[in-house]
Amino acid sequence: MDKTREITLTVNGESVTARVPVRMNLVDFLRNELELTGSHVGCEHGVCGACTLLMDGRTTRACLTLAVQADGAEVVTVEGLAASGRSAALARAFTERNALQCGFCTPGMLASAVTWVEGGGSAERDAIRAHISGNYCRCTGYQSIVDAIADVAGSKAEDAA
Amino acid sequence: MTGPLSELDRPNSYIGRAVPRADAARLLAGRGKYLDDIRLPRMLHAVFVRSPHAHARIKAIDTEAARAMPGVAAVYTGAEIAEHCTPWVGVLSHLAGLRSPPQHSVAVDVARWQGEPVAVVLARSRAEAEDAADLVDVDYEELPPVLDAEAALEPDSPRIHEGYDSNLAWERKVDVGDIDTAFAAPGVTVVERTFRFGRHTGVTLEARGTVCDYDPGEGVLTMHYSGQAPHMLQVILSRHLGMAEENVRVVSGDVGGSFGIKVHTYGDEIACAALSKMLERPVKFVADRQESFLTDIHARDHVVKARMGVDAEGRIVGIDMDDITGIGPYSMYPRTSAIECNQVLNLTGAPYMMENYRARGRVVFQNKTLMCQYRAVGHPIAMAVCDGLLEDVARATGRDPVELRRLNLMPDDGYPRASASGMKLADLSHQKTLEKLVELMDYDALRRDQEEARARGVLRGIGLCSMVEVTNPSPAFYGIGGAPIASQDGATCRLDAGGALHVSSSVTEQGQGTNAILAQIAADRFGVPIERVKVTTGDTATVPYGGGTWASRGAGIGGEAMLLAADALKHQVLEVAAALLQAEAGVLDIRNGTVVDATTGAERIALSDLARTVYYRGNELPPDLKPELIATRHYRVTDFPFVFTNGAMATHVEVDAETGFVKVLGFWVVEDCGTVINPMLVDEQVRGGVVQGIGGALYEECLYDEEGQLLTATMADYLVPMAAEMPDIEVAHVETPTSTSVLGAKGAGEAGTGGAPAALLNAVNDALAPLGASIWQQPMTPERVLRAMGRL
Ligand code: FES
Ligand code: FES
Repeated sequence: MDKTREITLTVNGESVTARVPVRMNLVDFLRNELELTGSHVGCEHGVCGACTLLMDGRTTRACLTLAVQADGAEVVTVEGLAASGRSAALARAFTERNALQCGFCTPGMLASAVTWVEGGGSAERDAIRAHISGNYCRCTGYQSIVDAIADVAGSKAEDAA
Repeated sequence: MTGPLSELDRPNSYIGRAVPRADAARLLAGRGKYLDDIRLPRMLHAVFVRSPHAHARIKAIDTEAARAMPGVAAVYTGAEIAEHCTPWVGVLSHLAGLRSPPQHSVAVDVARWQGEPVAVVLARSRAEAEDAADLVDVDYEELPPVLDAEAALEPDSPRIHEGYDSNLAWERKVDVGDIDTAFAAPGVTVVERTFRFGRHTGVTLEARGTVCDYDPGEGVLTMHYSGQAPHMLQVILSRHLGMAEENVRVVSGDVGGSFGIKVHTYGDEIACAALSKMLERPVKFVADRQESFLTDIHARDHVVKARMGVDAEGRIVGIDMDDITGIGPYSMYPRTSAIECNQVLNLTGAPYMMENYRARGRVVFQNKTLMCQYRAVGHPIAMAVCDGLLEDVARATGRDPVELRRLNLMPDDGYPRASASGMKLADLSHQKTLEKLVELMDYDALRRDQEEARARGVLRGIGLCSMVEVTNPSPAFYGIGGAPIASQDGATCRLDAGGALHVSSSVTEQGQGTNAILAQIAADRFGVPIERVKVTTGDTATVPYGGGTWASRGAGIGGEAMLLAADALKHQVLEVAAALLQAEAGVLDIRNGTVVDATTGAERIALSDLARTVYYRGNELPPDLKPELIATRHYRVTDFPFVFTNGAMATHVEVDAETGFVKVLGFWVVEDCGTVINPMLVDEQVRGGVVQGIGGALYEECLYDEEGQLLTATMADYLVPMAAEMPDIEVAHVETPTSTSVLGAKGAGEAGTGGAPAALLNAVNDALAPLGASIWQQPMTPERVLRAMGRL
C-alpha cells in the first residue's frame, strides 16, 4: 500500500526528482506534490479528458497514467503551455470566441487543441470535432471551441501558404 | 433596438457589445482557483461511507478497524454528527400541503437511497481516508425499495417514511374553464399521449466539494464551496450548526460548472462544516465522479398523461394533464423538490391562447437520489407536453405546425395578459420570434429537403418549439414561502484614488460571464474604460447581500442593481466635481475616466485627480462638502412574480432506420431576452443550454435496476453530448426589453435546455410519421426509437 519509488522527469522544462507511492497517478502527483493545479480531475477513469496533458509530445490522460510511468518522460501541463507561449494563439482565439465558460475543461481542451494545430491539423470543422471528442465540455456546446481551433488552424495554414 | 443604452458609438459604450471576458486569460493559463485547488495547513480529508442499498436500516456501525488505520484522525457515524448538526426539512409554506420528514446530513437510522452518507473518515490524505473507509463495517437490514413513482402511489406500496399514510409528498390541482365541455364540443379533435421523461443530472465537470475552516479563536467558520448562493448557505450553516450568521463566512471561488446542481444543501458538505468545528481543523471534501452521480440532485423523472383539443379552425380549446414526478426520499432543502412540478403546471401551454386548462401534479417519494431544480426547472416537460401535443394535432388534422402556431400563439401586441394557468405575462414576442425562426432556418427549403429524403427512403424530420422561460424571479419564487433565499441583489461601486472602479455584487460567476457583464454595465453607465473596472463576487464577507445566481437572474437582477449603483456613484462624483470646479453638476459628464463638459466634451478634471483630492487633500474641499465616492444599490422585481422571456427554436434530424440513432443535422434558436448586454456571452449561454437539452432528449439517463442500484454511475455508462455528435447552432435575437427595469435585460441561461427537448421530440416524430410511428419517451435512445418503429 505504501510502496514508493523514486522518479525523475521533466515537467514544463524543469527536472523533477521525487519519491512517490507507486499507486499515485500522474495528475495527483502534479496537483498535490508539484502544486501544478492547472490539470483537472473530472472522472479519474479516462473518460472526460479534463486531465489531458502532453507526455513526450503526445496527449495523455494523466488520471490513467501512474506517476511512476512518467519516470524519464517529458511532461507539459497547461501551465507550461502558457509560460512557453505554445498555447498563446489558441488562448487568444479561445478568448475571442468565448470558447470557455467555467474553464474546467479548458486545460485539457487546450492540450488536445495544441496537438491538432502543431500537427498541421486543418480548419475543417468535422475533423476538429472528431479530434476533441475525447474532451467533455459541459458548458459551451463545443461550437465556440471548434471555432477557436479552426481560427488558429486556418491562419497557420495561411501563413504556411 | 433604439434608446440611450444602444448608442454603440458613445465613449465607454459596452452594453450590447461582445466584450471578451477579462478572466479568460487566467483560466487559459491554468491559473483558475477551483475548490480542489485549495490547501490549508493541518487540513484533513473527509471520505464518506455511503449506503450500498437503496433502502436499509442501519443496525450497527463498527469503526474500530478504520480508526486504527495510518493517517486517520477520526471516524464518525451519522448519530455522532447529529449531535452537532440539526436536521432540516425541505418544505415551503406557499406550496401548501408539501411534506417531507427531517433529513440528517449523514443518515442516522435508515439509509433511503444508494449513496446516502452513513459515516465519515477523516485522514491526512484522501488516499488514507479511502483506505480506512473501506474498513468501516456497517450492519444493514435491507428494506424493500420503492422506486417507480406511479407504483409508489399504490395503496399497498411499502412506505418510505414512518407515520406517513402514503408516499405522496405534495399534490396540486389547477382547473380553469371547463375542459370536459370544451373537449366534447362538436368539431373538436382531441389527441392524448403519455409522456415519459427519464432522470438525468447536471454532470458538472468539476464535482461538488467544500473546504471548511473553523477558527476557534474567533469562533468563525469559513466555508469555501463550489456553488451559486453563498448568502443562502450562510444562513443554513448558521441554523443547523447553531452559530450566529455573522460568524459564518461562505466563499465561492472559480466554479467548474453548476447548472443548478450546486445551489442545494448537500449533507456531505454541511457535515464537513460540522466536522471542522468539532475537530477545530480545516476539512476538505471533494466528490469523486461516482459520488456525483449518486448524490448530485437528479432532474425530471416525470410521467405525464396529457390531452389537447383543437376546434375545427385549429384553435386550441384547452389542455388536460396529469403529472407524476418522483423526487427521491426527501424534498431537497431549502428550495424543495415540488418546484419543478409546480413549474410544469404553471408553464404548460403558456405561449398559447386557450380558455380551458386542467392539470394535476403529484410529487412522490421514492428510494432514489433526490430530485430537484436543475437548469430550466420544469420547462422541458411543459414545453414538450404542449408543443408535442400541438404537432401531434397538426399531424392528426393535416395542418402545418408553423401555421398552427401562427393561429394559436399569443399576439405580440396583446400584453400584458395572463396564461391559462394564471401566469402574468408582459413584453413577449412569440409571433416575431417564430417568423424570424422560419426565415433563419429556411423552413420551406427544409420541407423540400425532407420530401426529397423521404423519396429516397431517408427519415428526416423537422420539429419546432415556441417557449416561455422564467427569469428574474421575485420573492414569489422562494422567499414568500419562508426560504432564506434573497430575491433581491445588491451592487456596490467604489471610485478608488487611482481613478479605477471597484465593484462588487451578490450575484455569482460560474462561467456564464457574470463578472464580465457587471464590468460592462458599470463601465458603461459610469464612464470609464472597462479595463479600469475590477469585479468581486462570491464572498459573503465582502459583497452586498443577495441571492446569488440561479433561475437566470444574474443579468436581469444583479445587472440592474449594478446599473443603479453606477448611476448613483456618477451622480455623487459629479456633485464633488461641481464643487471643485465651481460648476453646475448638470453641465458635467464622465467620459473615459475624465469629468468633461457635457456639451463640448472638453476635459475638466481626471477622475484620479478628483479622487486623490478627496482621499488625500480633503483640505482643498469646501468644508460643507461630504464626498461619498462609493454607492450601493439593491434591486428586486416588484410587479411580477417572474419576468418571462420567450423564444422559438427548431431542429432538423435524421433517424437511422436500421440502428435507431438520431442525428441532429441542424439547430436554430431565436431568443428574446430583452436587452442583450453581451451578444457573444448570451449566444454561448443559449448554445450550451441547447446542448444540455439535446443531452436530456437523446442520451442522458440515470437508470436504476429493480433493487434501486444506479446503473449509470460512471461517465462511461452515462452518456453526455460530445463534440462530434453536436451540430452548429444558429442563434438570433428579438429584443423586447422588460419594462420592469432600466436595463431591460431578462435571463437567457435556460432557454436552450427548456426548449430543445420539445423541438427534438417533434422532429423525431415528424421523421417517423410516414411509418405511422411515434415516440413519447425521453431520452430517445436508439433502442426506444427502434421499439417505436416496431423493429425491436
Ligand atoms: S480525469 Fe482523466 S479523463 Fe477524466
Ligand atoms: S467550459 Fe465548463 S466544462 Fe467546458
